[in-house]
Amino acid sequence: MPPIKVTVKLFASLQAGRFKIQDLVFEAGTTVAELIASLDIPEKEVSLIMINGRHKELDHRLAEAETCALFPPVGGG
Amino acid sequence: MNAIGKTISGLSRGGLIAEEDLRAVAGRHAVSLREAHRAALELGIMPRRYARNMAALSTADQLRLHDAAVAVIGCGGLGGYIVEELARLGVGTIKIIDPDSFSEDNLNRQLYATRHSLGRSKAACAAQRVRQINPAIRVTAVKAALGRDNGVKLLERTQVAVDALDNISGRLELAQACRIHGIPLVHGSVGGWYGQVLTEYPGDGTLEKLYAHCHNDRGVEQEIGNLACAVAVIAGLQVAEAGKIVLGRPASLRSKVLFIDLLEMEFTEIAF
Repeated sequence: MPPIKVTVKLFASLQAGRFKIQDLVFEAGTTVAELIASLDIPEKEVSLIMINGRHKELDHRLAEAETCALFPPVGGG
Repeated sequence: MNAIGKTISGLSRGGLIAEEDLRAVAGRHAVSLREAHRAALELGIMPRRYARNMAALSTADQLRLHDAAVAVIGCGGLGGYIVEELARLGVGTIKIIDPDSFSEDNLNRQLYATRHSLGRSKAACAAQRVRQINPAIRVTAVKAALGRDNGVKLLERTQVAVDALDNISGRLELAQACRIHGIPLVHGSVGGWYGQVLTEYPGDGTLEKLYAHCHNDRGVEQEIGNLACAVAVIAGLQVAEAGKIVLGRPASLRSKVLFIDLLEMEFTEIAF
């Protein structure tokens, strides 16, 4: 299977030491959990996963040209 | 038209009635100022304090707000602005629940934290402020934490809950109490330049999904703190949602989260 290109968008504190938006190449069938691990982001630092505008879980398998946005937990008042 | 209605009509000018005249109505007919407010709204006469609400809100809308009861859980950063805005909007019954007292590090963002309120109950200070703004509002201060044991009881006789807490476990307990009590919940939370808002109705489970992967009780705010501008923005959005629910208009943020980044001025909606 050919590799896939995914646009990864990091929000808020997840950008620190990483990037804001980048096109990255993954093996077909890569999950969001694997994408997060490849960026050295501890899973507990991701609260919300958005694929093409919709909420998805860690086990979502990425497809060609998808946009994956990651958000950290926000809990203050 | 009854006697009180006739007095109100006689004192009104251009569909408005001044607070001073409402006090006179209350005195003459031995009713409370609150009842005089209500009687005016029933006649389609707007208390002058709401003159600038007009057009955006009809007198029927204003009456609906007057008859509404909203619970604000947490009265720190978000809660202070939420209480203030609910009172200015004209919500007739506000219940404020918070176990804490003001401390110096609240001064950067909490509306009712002043040099004079340090050490005093947050809920009591907020209630005092509401009475200063509008004595026709029925306001209750509860100096307690809402939890599994008392949640449903504390929400009794309220029709919308607004989440202004500062920890994730408390929020999940509040969501559970709202589900059992059968009322909608408007969630808001902040951290640094960021914040999020969502509205959930009983059974939606959006908040539970949002925090499903959180092992900590706090989010990014633990490291990056909370800024007044983010707090005020999120509180305003929460009050807009709560107000629409009370008015019987559709909430805009049901089954979705609005995530806000004030550093980039980026507003992102995530659909659930």
